[in-house]
Parts: sequence; structure tokens; C-alpha cells
Amino acid sequence: MAQILLKDLYKTYGETPAVRGINLTIDENEFVVLVGPSGCGKTTTLRMIAGLEHITDGEIYIGERLINDVPPRDRDIAMVFQNYALYPHMTVHENMSFGLRLRKLPKDEIQRRVKEAADILDIGELLARRPKQLSGGQRQRVAMGRAIVRNPEAFLFDEPLSNLDAKLRVQMRTEIKLIHQRVRTTVVYVTHDQVEAMTLADRIVVMNDGIVEQVASPQEMYDNPSTRFVAGFIGSPSMNFLPCKLTGNGSGLSVILSDGIRLNVPADREGRYRDYLDRDLTFGIRPEHLTEQRQHTNADQQDFSCQVGVLEPMGIDTMVFMNIEGEDVCARAAPKSVKNPGEDMLFTIDMQNMHLIDPGTDKVL
Amino acid sequence: MAETTAKTAATTRESASRTAEKSRTSWITTQLENERVLGYVLLTPAFLLIIVFIAYPFALGTWMALTDKVVGQPGNFIGLANFAKLLDSDIFRTAAWNTVFFTVVATAIKAALGMWLAVLLNRKFSLSRVTRAAVLLPFIVPTVLSTLVWLWMLDGTFSVFNWILRWLWDMEISVFGLVIKEDFGYIRGPNWLGEPSWAMGSIIMANVWRGLPFFAISFLAALQTVPSELYDAADIDGASGWRKFWHVTLPMIKPVAIVVVVFSFVVTFADFQLVYVLTRGGPHNSTHLLATLAYQLSMHAGNLGEGAAAALFMVPLLFVVIVLQLTYLRRIGVD
Ligand SMILES: Nc1ncnc2c1ncn2[C@@H]1O[C@H](COP(=O)(O)OP(=O)(O)OP(=O)(O)O)[C@@H](O)[C@H]1O
Ligand SMILES: [Mg+2]
Repeated sequence: MAQILLKDLYKTYGETPAVRGINLTIDENEFVVLVGPSGCGKTTTLRMIAGLEHITDGEIYIGERLINDVPPRDRDIAMVFQNYALYPHMTVHENMSFGLRLRKLPKDEIQRRVKEAADILDIGELLARRPKQLSGGQRQRVAMGRAIVRNPEAFLFDEPLSNLDAKLRVQMRTEIKLIHQRVRTTVVYVTHDQVEAMTLADRIVVMNDGIVEQVASPQEMYDNPSTRFVAGFIGSPSMNFLPCKLTGNGSGLSVILSDGIRLNVPADREGRYRDYLDRDLTFGIRPEHLTEQRQHTNADQQDFSCQVGVLEPMGIDTMVFMNIEGEDVCARAAPKSVKNPGEDMLFTIDMQNMHLIDPGTDKVL
Repeated sequence: MAETTAKTAATTRESASRTAEKSRTSWITTQLENERVLGYVLLTPAFLLIIVFIAYPFALGTWMALTDKVVGQPGNFIGLANFAKLLDSDIFRTAAWNTVFFTVVATAIKAALGMWLAVLLNRKFSLSRVTRAAVLLPFIVPTVLSTLVWLWMLDGTFSVFNWILRWLWDMEISVFGLVIKEDFGYIRGPNWLGEPSWAMGSIIMANVWRGLPFFAISFLAALQTVPSELYDAADIDGASGWRKFWHVTLPMIKPVAIVVVVFSFVVTFADFQLVYVLTRGGPHNSTHLLATLAYQLSMHAGNLGEGAAAALFMVPLLFVVIVLQLTYLRRIGVD
């Protein structure tokens, strides 16, 4: 229940930099998700907040307090580990109460807190068991219970769901969200799964190679990614990227994807893009904004024709892959509307959701 | 084209060898296919070794303990008379008590120091690999050899310990003119192997020195199996270093620790070489253990029956210890 502040945070292991200057403010009771590809420094950042990893440079504040040199036990945080890290020789009850017993809380207070957490997590039946006698999902709950009973300033989660099967993961995801709504606390949650990030976060922090690429709410992150990396990382299937040329077309601007495909840029974007006229840029469009030909609902929707390559039916939609100037492009079409591979098909593209990226800086324009 | 030919050739060869195999299938091969038979066949060598080197000597010893056999003569069956005689003798009772005392104290010290050493060795420091290897040294040197060195170090006249003690004792130590230790004059130092209580202390010390590496290395191996996340979790839970050791490390390595302690207990209980080389049981039988007493009775006095009986007394005592400790192991849930 406190704000966490990361200031110019650095971590190097020997010569290898793991985290290279992170600035981040996590508000009170906010659910922040750190997401990024493997090895980008998420765990390292989290462990520095927890106090399990020495900080090479920079500062961390919890509330008003600078905690760089405060040992983990005095930071008033709780952490849930990827493989749960339950004490195998203790029962569920002992696992959950260990931290409280170390802090010498009165017996009845411990009892009350354990019962309360067990009720929230629905593990009241399991209190006498050992971790070995629990399923993966149950262990996961116990690990969360151990954090909840502590009633800490902040919860830290390191990929807590990655050891569960797909179905249980979705179920626990919902549950974590529910628990956060009941137990209002600051949460820092690490995952490499962007869907998990989108569904859980108040704000997402996309990390890449030791730095923060963008911090934004899930919707903002989806609508207005700030870099090519974020644009490609958030959203599934990921955004299509194509080399393009930005040209003038008399009254406005248009992008040329290939000889046959020339698309008009929405009028309200012209001011934004005008400086890049006649430059080679990267055009980005998400599959869901590239569909079979449909009735236009706004003036910026345009049609073009392309040969169908491969089809990937998903049930609700069919992914249609085509080739434009050597690049694979994925469109999301209604199953009934798709043509056979090799045939030409008409697509509608919604240019209001287009992105232009400067290939030199990888910034979204 | 060449590839196809090669493939055909290979197929032909394969089928040819299969036919040959089938025709060679003998009775033995069929029998060995049977897992039960194969199991017994594989067990036989070990079983024979046990019969020849363990079961037969044990049975022979048991038989001798029930006779009045002396060297060079066939013995007559005398029932439990040897045991009764031993129980009645002071020297046997002293040896039995010494054995228990020696074993319990030495094992306890080895376990405590071994744990301490293991925890130290488990840390990362420069030369940690070399140090780990060096720790094993007392374990590698043949016992008799290293014990002979101990014999010299504990010698009544030439003891290096006493030499150092004497040197420190009559040295005046001063820092910037301030005397922090004056010259205490001459000190003889203890007669390590010549006085009963010093002698017992000396053999325990030598035994600890020799047995420590086994404890340290076994505990070290156990420590390294403790997942590091458990320490992370304990850190977050608020455990200090000592509490982490008490609540995480110790419970996690308990099963291994118990096996190590039981094993060392048994070996220490039956220790012979060390005591025999250092004191031969003296002075005044104060360091006689059951093993050295048994040796003395049978080899020096030539009384094989009585010696065997003394040795056999170890069996029920050890049996109780092992059963107790293994029961405990089962209770704490090690499969
Ligand atoms: N103890 C360590 N010693 C040396 N390098 C390390 C250590 N821990 C992590 N690293 C390096 O630091 C970088 C960041 O690691 P980190 O564990 O934070 O990644 P991550 O984002 O959590 O990845 P993942 O999704 O795979 O868990 C990686 O390049 C990794 O190799
Ligand atoms: Mg990680």
C-alpha cells in the first residue's frame, strides 16, 4: 500500500548488463505488469525491488524510504516465486504462517490471518498437507496465501502462472485479478506472456534488453505503441510490418506498399507524417485491422486485392497469409469469406489503425 | 542410385543376421530373457562375496564365542559362559563404557564441526575448489599412516603441541611496550597419551580429525541440493541467517545428515586401528574399546572364544542404534 519508485536502476552481473537504467513510478494500489522477452531483465528488476539482488547503481524507494541497503525482511514486501518455493518440510499452514511466526505475532492473530487468506484462496481443506501432496494449482494458491497473510506494502510476482497448464493459467489469472480487487495492494507482476499483461495490468511496462520501451495502460499500449518492438510484442497475432514509401497524392499523403497497393493516409494524420514525405518507412497494421472486404464504416477504410497464400483457421476467424513484396502479411478474415490458396481475394484495410515507423530509430511516428 | 544400392545391401545384411541369431537362440539365452532368472544371475557375484567375506566370518565368530577355543586347539561348546565371564570382568565393562563414550562424543563433535565446515565451504570464495579438495586429505591418507603421525605429535617427550605450548608459555608478548602476556616460565604440557583422561581426549581428537572430511563433504553435498529459492523465500519471510539455517537448511538436509551420522556412528563404534596405534588400550585400559579388547583377548592372550564374544557384544548395541535412527528417518517421511 505504498508507492514504489525506481530511479536510474542498473544491474550488471560481472561484465554483463542485465538492467540498464530503469525509471519507473508504481502508484499506490496499482497493478503493474513487467513484460518482455526472455532475458530482458524482468526478474532481475523484481529481485532488486525485493532486496534479493544487490543494486549496481540507482535508487529504489518504497513509500518515502530509500531501501537500497534495507534487507528483504525489513522491506515489508511479499513475493510469489515462479516455482512457488514452498518449504517442503512444512505443512501448508506452517508455510503460510512462517513469516508471521518469525515476526512474533500473537498466536490468535496468526490463526485469524491464515484462516482469512485460506478462505479467500479456498484452500481451507489443505492446511494440514505438505506441498508434496498438492497439485500445481494448489501450490500456486498456497504461495499466494503465504504472501497475503503478511499483509505487505507490496506484492511481487515472478511469472507465477508459467508452471500451470493453459486452462488453469486462465482460471488463476482471473482469480489473481479478483484477489487484487479484494486485497487492494500495490502489485508488481512479471510475465513474458503479453496476454497475461493485457488482462491483469493497470499499467504495462514493456521491457527489452534491460531498458523500458514503454509504460502505458493496456489499451494505450495496444492503440499507440511507441516503438516497433512494443508494436510487435503487444497483440496476438502480432502486427504486420512492411517496407513502404510515403508519397504525396495531390491533396493528401499515401503509402505505397507495392506496385498495386497504394493506400491513402487518413487526413488527420497528415500533419504528423508530413515531415517524412518521400522517405522509406515501415508500415504497420494489425491483422485484426486487415479483413476480408467489408462494408466500409469510415472513410479511411480501403480495399485492395492480393493472392491468398496459407490459411490458418482459428474457429472464430481464419488467418489469411499473403505475400506483399516478399513480406508475409497476416489478415484476419471471417471463415466463410476466405478464398482458396492461390486465388485472389479482396481485403479491407482500416487505415485509422495504421502505424508508420522510422526504420532508423524504430520509433513509431 | 548409389544410395539405393547401399540401402538394399544394409537391409539384406540385417535380415541375414536376424536369421543367424534366431538359429543360435539357445536355452541360456531364453532363460536370460526372463527377468527373474537374470536378476538372480546378476546378484550371484555380490552374494558370493558376502557369504565368503561377511557371513562366513560372522558365523565362525559366533560359533567361536560359544566355545572355549584357544589358539592351536579345537574348542568345546560351553554355551554362554564367555559372555557371562566378560560381563563379570571390570576390564570389559570399562571397554564397553569407553566405546559408548568415545563413539558418542567423537560423532557429536564430528557432526557439529562437519556442519560448520560444510556451511563455510558452501560459500563461494576464491580457491574454494582447492579448499574443498584439501579438506578431503585426512580421509585419503591411510589411517595407520596418519595415526603414526599423530603418535609423534602426541608423544610424551617430543609432542609438537607441548613444544608450541612451552614456546608460547615462556614468551613475553608486548605491544608498544605494553606487556599483554608475561613470561609464565616453564611448562611441561600434558602427557597426551600417558594419562587416562588426556588419552581418551587424544584418541577422540585423532578420530575427529580423520572422520571430519566425510561429514563435511557429505553435508556439503546435501547443502548444495537445497534449492536457492527457499532461501530467497525465507529472506522475504524475514528469516535471519541463523533462522534460515535452523528452519530451512537443517530440515532440508536432515535425511542425509541422519544417514551420515548412523554410518559414522557404526564405523566409529568399531574403530580399532587408531586406538591400537596410539594407545593399545592403555594407560590402565582407559582407552580400551570393544574392538581393541577383542583383539587383545584373542591375539595376545590367545583366547579366541572370549575375544569373539567381546566383539559380538557390539552387534546388539549397534543394532539398537541403527533401528532407532532408521525408524526416525521413516517417521520424518523419507521414502
Ligand atoms: N545470476 C546471474 N549471473 C549472471 N547473469 C545473470 C544472472 N541472472 C540473470 N542474468 C542475466 O541477466 C539478464 C536478465 O535476466 P533476467 O533473469 O532478469 O531475465 P528475465 O527477463 O527474467 O527472463 P525470463 O523471462 O527468461 O525469466 C539475462 O541476460 C541473464 O542472462
Ligand atoms: Mg525471469
